[in-house]
Amino acid sequence: MASIADYTGNSARANVEKALAAAKSNESYHALLSLTEARALKRADAVDRGEITGRLAGVPFVVKDNFLAFGAPTTAASKMLENFDAPLQATAVEKLEAEGAICIGKANLDAFAHGGSTENSAFGPTKNAHDQGRVAGGSSGGSAVVTALDIVPFALGTDTGGSIRQPASFNGVVGVKPTYGAVSRYGVVAMASSTDTIGCFATNADDAALVMGVMTGRDVRDMTTLPDFFVPTTGVRPQKIGLIREYMSDDVDGEVRMAIEKYVDRLRAAGHTVEEVSLPAVKYALAMYYIIVPAEVSSNLARYDGIRYGHRAEGVQTLAELYGRSRDEGFVTENKRRIMIGSYVLSSGFFDAYYQQAQKARTILINEYNTLFENYDLLIGPVAPTPAFRLGENTADPVKMYLADIMTVPPSLAGLPAISVPGGTSASGLPIGVQLIGPQKSDATLLALAASVEGSQ
Amino acid sequence: MTQILRDDVLHLAQLSSLQLADDEVDALQQDLSNIVGYIEQLAGLDTTGVEPTYQVTGLANVWRQDEVDQSGTVRDQLLALAPEQQNNSVKVPKVL
Repeated sequence: MASIADYTGNSARANVEKALAAAKSNESYHALLSLTEARALKRADAVDRGEITGRLAGVPFVVKDNFLAFGAPTTAASKMLENFDAPLQATAVEKLEAEGAICIGKANLDAFAHGGSTENSAFGPTKNAHDQGRVAGGSSGGSAVVTALDIVPFALGTDTGGSIRQPASFNGVVGVKPTYGAVSRYGVVAMASSTDTIGCFATNADDAALVMGVMTGRDVRDMTTLPDFFVPTTGVRPQKIGLIREYMSDDVDGEVRMAIEKYVDRLRAAGHTVEEVSLPAVKYALAMYYIIVPAEVSSNLARYDGIRYGHRAEGVQTLAELYGRSRDEGFVTENKRRIMIGSYVLSSGFFDAYYQQAQKARTILINEYNTLFENYDLLIGPVAPTPAFRLGENTADPVKMYLADIMTVPPSLAGLPAISVPGGTSASGLPIGVQLIGPQKSDATLLALAASVEGSQ
Repeated sequence: MTQILRDDVLHLAQLSSLQLADDEVDALQQDLSNIVGYIEQLAGLDTTGVEPTYQVTGLANVWRQDEVDQSGTVRDQLLALAPEQQNNSVKVPKVL
């Protein structure tokens, strides 16, 4: 796969035309919902004339279609926003454009980022880059696949509970979910505000660090952003790493465990120490997540009312009917499940038993992480319990689909940075990702460590 | 294990402003029962004396200057997003 350096210094128009051609010749993967062709070529010419300069001048990229961006509608892969033309661009997109990067299209996702396979897209699923009979992962499946297919050298995604890391693992690319608050979420369709993060896919860890370095930092339009702490680094001192025991149980696919063990051997060979550690509260993390996130989803998606923007049902008589039918028609089933579970756990009489209990459990989980980080620099484990599953395999039972998130939600609940790096393939050729998790603000160290062992055996 | 009844689904749909089609109700009854059945296991964790966590970065009272800017607030663009408009206003069905 090509790196960002393979694009810089070339004719921007040639870069963009090549990326657009690759996007069109790979349509069968259904990774992209739209191309921003006219705007991309116009920007490319401006770069070639020297009017736009920067560290990413002329480098094409793709955004997940829940980022507000010019040149094509921002649909969130939903009928609700099918015709929504963004009046502004996300801060993350603006920052990349300020460095000369050129957005060429918008990637498929599970509608409103609800899902782990991209099968919940209202416009049809994305196919895995390595096996078209399997899922891309999700919810940022399209962004992972365009990176793995070498259409662009990097792509943006959002990660609320694994939506960057899991598709990165399933498609064999690097995926970064940063520390909560590292990147502004202004102009990105909100899902669950206490865990939503913006990150990227890239073909190698150094490129991911470059892109994250451009995107991070305080934004007056998103008051949850942290003062910029992200400084790309090279070379890491020997790290003390904890291998999470609960992630290596018999419930996890044998080939996945083997891939993690091989990566651990590479870390040890590079001079790092790896010891088994325990994080007992992770067994409750998925239950916490599927209480807290639906609660926040039900609140955030209340704005889609068919009045000011988005889909409006036709032939309605009353306001209540307009709300009810517009929302029923505009949301996919998984959106409705999450909204209704959110209404359930926030209902009077249930609030203490579910929402409050989950937020207390979250404290216990965070305390366990903090205790481990007193003795360990970072943690390691799988990204997902299996390689990419077959299309349709988990769609009948939502809980079975949720279980694919079991290893990615715990760092999200604690706001920790976590990355997925390629860790080889299964016997049948499916990629398997390795997850590196660090304390808050250790994002650059995680990427530097990954970069330092890239290419080692 | 908590049973989600058909009436519960209809009540939650009403709370959520979702006017479900009849054939959606049965499937959602099954799905929501499965999900609630899963999340109920959290009751098994002892959280006595534990404070809840609502946010994870410790940021509090973050202020900015109260300055007007034009970002994303161009009237005609915003109005054009509304499904129906009339006389520079968003048009809605009769409320009362």
